[in-house]
Amino acid sequence: MNRRELTRFLIFAAIMAAIPFLPFVPDFWVTLLDFVGLASLVALGLVMLTGVGGMTSFGQAAFVGFGAYATALLTTAYGWSPWLTLPVSLAVTVAAALVIGLVTVRLSGHFLPLGTIAWGICFYYLFGNLKTLGAYDGISSVPPLSIFGMPLLDSRSFYFVVWGFVLAAILATANLLDSRVGRSIRALRSGAAAAESVGVNVWRAKLTVFVYAALLAGISGWLYAHFQRAVTPGVFSLTVGIEYLLMAVLGGAGYIYGAILGAGIVVVLKNFLQDLLPLFFGAGGNYEGIVFGILLIAMLQGAREGLWPVIAGRLGKAAPRTVDATGALPGRGFDAGDGDLLRVQDARRLFGGLVAVDNVSFEVGRGEIVGLIGPNGAGKSTTFNLVTGVLPLSGGEIHFEGERIDGLGPERIAARRIARTFQHVKLAPMMSVLENVAIGAHLRGRAGMVSGILRLDREEEKNIFGEAARQIERVGLADIMHQPAGSLALGQQRLAEIARALCLDPKLLLLDEPAAGLRHLEKQALADLIRRLRDEGMSVLLVEHDMDFVMQLTDHIVVLNFGARIATGAPADIQRNPAVVEAYLGSPA
Amino acid sequence: MDFTIALFLIQDGIINGAIYALLAVALVLVFAVTRVILIPQGEFVTFAGLSLAAMETGGVPGAVWLLLVLATGAAVMDAGVALRERSPVKAARLAMWNLAPAIAIAAAVLILVPLKLGLAVNVVLCAALIVPMGPYLYRVAFQPLADASVLVLLIASVGAHLALTALGLVLFGAEGYRTSPVVSGSFQIGPLFVTGQSLLVVGATLALLAGLALFFGRTLIGKALKASAINRRGARLVGIPTMLSGRIAFAMAAAIGVVSAVLVAPLTTLYYDSGFIIGLKGFVAAIIGGLGAYPAAVAAALAVGLLEAFSSFWASAFKEVIVFASILPVLLWRSLTSTHSDEED
Amino acid sequence: MSALLEVGDLSVNYGRVEAVRAVSLTVQSGEIATVIGANGAGKTSLLAAIMGLLPSRGRVVFDGQDLVRVPAEERVAMGISLVPEQRDLFGTMSVADNLALGAFRRGRAEIPARLERVYALFPRLEERHRQEAGTLSGGERQMLAMGRALMAKPRLLMLDEPSLGLAPLIVRDILQTVSELRDEGVSILLVEQNARAALRIADHGYVMELGAATMRGPAAELAADPRVAEIYLGAAQGMS
Repeated sequence: MNRRELTRFLIFAAIMAAIPFLPFVPDFWVTLLDFVGLASLVALGLVMLTGVGGMTSFGQAAFVGFGAYATALLTTAYGWSPWLTLPVSLAVTVAAALVIGLVTVRLSGHFLPLGTIAWGICFYYLFGNLKTLGAYDGISSVPPLSIFGMPLLDSRSFYFVVWGFVLAAILATANLLDSRVGRSIRALRSGAAAAESVGVNVWRAKLTVFVYAALLAGISGWLYAHFQRAVTPGVFSLTVGIEYLLMAVLGGAGYIYGAILGAGIVVVLKNFLQDLLPLFFGAGGNYEGIVFGILLIAMLQGAREGLWPVIAGRLGKAAPRTVDATGALPGRGFDAGDGDLLRVQDARRLFGGLVAVDNVSFEVGRGEIVGLIGPNGAGKSTTFNLVTGVLPLSGGEIHFEGERIDGLGPERIAARRIARTFQHVKLAPMMSVLENVAIGAHLRGRAGMVSGILRLDREEEKNIFGEAARQIERVGLADIMHQPAGSLALGQQRLAEIARALCLDPKLLLLDEPAAGLRHLEKQALADLIRRLRDEGMSVLLVEHDMDFVMQLTDHIVVLNFGARIATGAPADIQRNPAVVEAYLGSPA
Repeated sequence: MDFTIALFLIQDGIINGAIYALLAVALVLVFAVTRVILIPQGEFVTFAGLSLAAMETGGVPGAVWLLLVLATGAAVMDAGVALRERSPVKAARLAMWNLAPAIAIAAAVLILVPLKLGLAVNVVLCAALIVPMGPYLYRVAFQPLADASVLVLLIASVGAHLALTALGLVLFGAEGYRTSPVVSGSFQIGPLFVTGQSLLVVGATLALLAGLALFFGRTLIGKALKASAINRRGARLVGIPTMLSGRIAFAMAAAIGVVSAVLVAPLTTLYYDSGFIIGLKGFVAAIIGGLGAYPAAVAAALAVGLLEAFSSFWASAFKEVIVFASILPVLLWRSLTSTHSDEED
Repeated sequence: MSALLEVGDLSVNYGRVEAVRAVSLTVQSGEIATVIGANGAGKTSLLAAIMGLLPSRGRVVFDGQDLVRVPAEERVAMGISLVPEQRDLFGTMSVADNLALGAFRRGRAEIPARLERVYALFPRLEERHRQEAGTLSGGERQMLAMGRALMAKPRLLMLDEPSLGLAPLIVRDILQTVSELRDEGVSILLVEQNARAALRIADHGYVMELGAATMRGPAAELAADPRVAEIYLGAAQGMS
């Protein structure tokens, strides 16, 4: 959290702390704000899960249920003190989230939200049918929380506990977002491929954010049980889960304060609608459902980013992160070693019946620049995906430093110091160039979620960002490193990807069309950079269509056509090779 | 459990499974053409069932007002688009095109229902009420999102479900209703007691499935719908308007909802919110079938019906838990075996 | 001859990236115009924008009618057909069904006559009319994609990389068919990376680089221009 954000947080905290002391605020509003706080906790988790991590959950109400039922059961049936049940409630929630999450985060695309609907319904019926949990009557006479022997019976005293948790959750979430783990979660949204390519374990990152969101929901449930002094399954149903999602969508699924805003609007609106509409339309209707349903659709049609960005736009732009120039990560150097660095041997890849890569063999020596060229659809990008483990081989072998690497996943190949860029740029468009590049140093840091939340990772973060800034400077983007990556021209985005790859401190760098979209002088600068990298000892394998660029830069060229290698040799020989000329210009026939 | 009970449970499972199969087919159809996972499919069933029940007693079903509201919404949205293009004539024309059929149907219902003209007329009126809701719903909720991801469409679909269920309470009340059977009578086969209505369920389901197969296999418009499902861009390139396919698919889904209601309303009591759970079970089947294949969805629907029947015998309290939990391993398996990446919608 | 298609200052953006920059071109009635250029030059985006599949700025006038606000489906009905790079066939439907759908905007009655014409052009398709499109070979798919487009009886046929991934002999056949179509009066806009072959059958040519049309002229002149070869193989390479 930088200074501006900290100021924003302190102002918000001060306002929230002052509200119950204001003489004109009726009890009714304080109670309403208690509910807003409870909902905010869940919505904050959804912001992390859906807005940041890209996983939409309709089932968060179930985790509120785990937290609530755990404490209700322990305090009523076993007479535990409420504060003692807090760790147990949270442990139960986390355990449930781990089990459910192990399945859920593996679900792809729209299967994931469908899965959350399925278990959301399951848990509602489970809570409603378990005798121990009081079935559909639930559990009543839950004791209140007490502080120093004083029971918190009214909504004003409870207010401070709820909002204390909410403020802590805001801080924790903001800290988490601004940490190594947070960056890897934020990177998920723009597709797993980029995150994997720098060594992020995608499943672990997804599970982490899933459990974090569940944990916040569990806290909300624990608080709820002691505030309402009773729990019933209806509070944890799918419909309520949908309302939580509405809060996140309404406020802005990617924004911390959006969660609070969304929770506030939904809770207040619900109350208002429940009180007001029956006056006009008669009692017995579920009018808020109509309004919420329409509101949800209208938001998706009209303002998919939610309301918070509109407000935040008026509050001014976030200040850029300050980079401490003394921060640096030690380079790991290049060893001489014997033999070629990369050896691709009879690599083969089939898609259905089509042969995309047909027994291709080539080597990349240490400190060598190799060009991989060929017309559209010749199999170049597929070859890249085979080397980086994105696609499994259908046949053949790939060796790196003498060891077989085919069959390893992308993040384990990244751990061997193989970095890459993508033909279709994969940057997180809303994150700054600096943060995007810093993700590249994922494997060179160690800090976990807890040290991120507690701010114990500052020294490491300083070094990661120092390193990221250095690599950005190297590719010539220093003056725009604080801009969102999505605002850059395509050529600059490609350079940012190279900087991200360099942050991995690679031995082998794979560049997929790095010069596309660059102007002449920028191309020259890029060629110089690649030459310098080679001179430092790095090996580079590049796919490129700009033949000037390839011919002047590479030591060696491999030409593919129809998936097969049709020529290999020094640039000058390749240019004179009749098979290559024909592949490119077409047969004169 | 003895043999008789098993037979009885199987019969029960097949009847339920037949209904789920219809709903699953509707869901697959709508998803394939529009990429919308139609959570409110069940609402078509309840609205049709409750409308039938109301008409049986000569009462005007609340669905009339819903139809008018949806038509007005569609009219306003269509006219709004035309006005932004500065063509007021087109706006007026579009508004009329949306409103006229709804008003005509509403008038017919208001006039004919109190005359109590019998089941056949009621079914026709019910279809006239419910089927157009499909295209109107598509126009109002989904057409503006036609280019959005499956995920956004799903959230919108959940929103539509929320609004429609709540409207269902307002329009039909909290009371549950059951209609009189279309086919009365029953007979004994061995130890089994079979009602005419349950035979109708199975027969009508099979007939409808066969009809759908013919529609998609033989007619140009059916092929066009199928084509939009297989390759949307290819469909646009031969001139099939995406919007039209969407409206047709939603109309068919609503029609299937009406048929399901006619079949199921005499067998179980329908409440304003029963549709959700019934629809979701069809939807479990559709997912198990992969949201793409009709025969697989039908087979899965039978499996869901049987699973439900047997689990209500062994662990009746946890029947829903078992049915909905059964989808998770299937989703997982589908995720791990399907090649599509997170990036495509 | 008059201009059937007039494109003026057409630009296409993906976010901030400008894939097509103010391209102007014309296709005269009954001619083959070709757009050649290296990968990523924006050729495919250009065709998609003319078809109405991508939002664009600038002018697209077809047969005197401004096409702004005309959705792609309606452009098909007006007589423009695109054979896209990915073919976009209906893979699990039969060849015959794919072709029938090609005539969707013409109506059922016209199908038999159109079908006869397409089968005459591509006898292979008639042999395989019951086979699923997804099981065809690359060359057959291209024939089917072209056949499907021709079912709509287009006045302007746009072809995006018809030679992509095809063996040289099949490319020759397909381009042969393209010039036959021209002789029948269909105007053609051909995008190709096989520059030599495209320029051989075309009347006019345009070269695209980095989203902009940088060279234009009669096809024969472009074919002889050494700068065209440079774009493909780098400056060091002369035409050998």
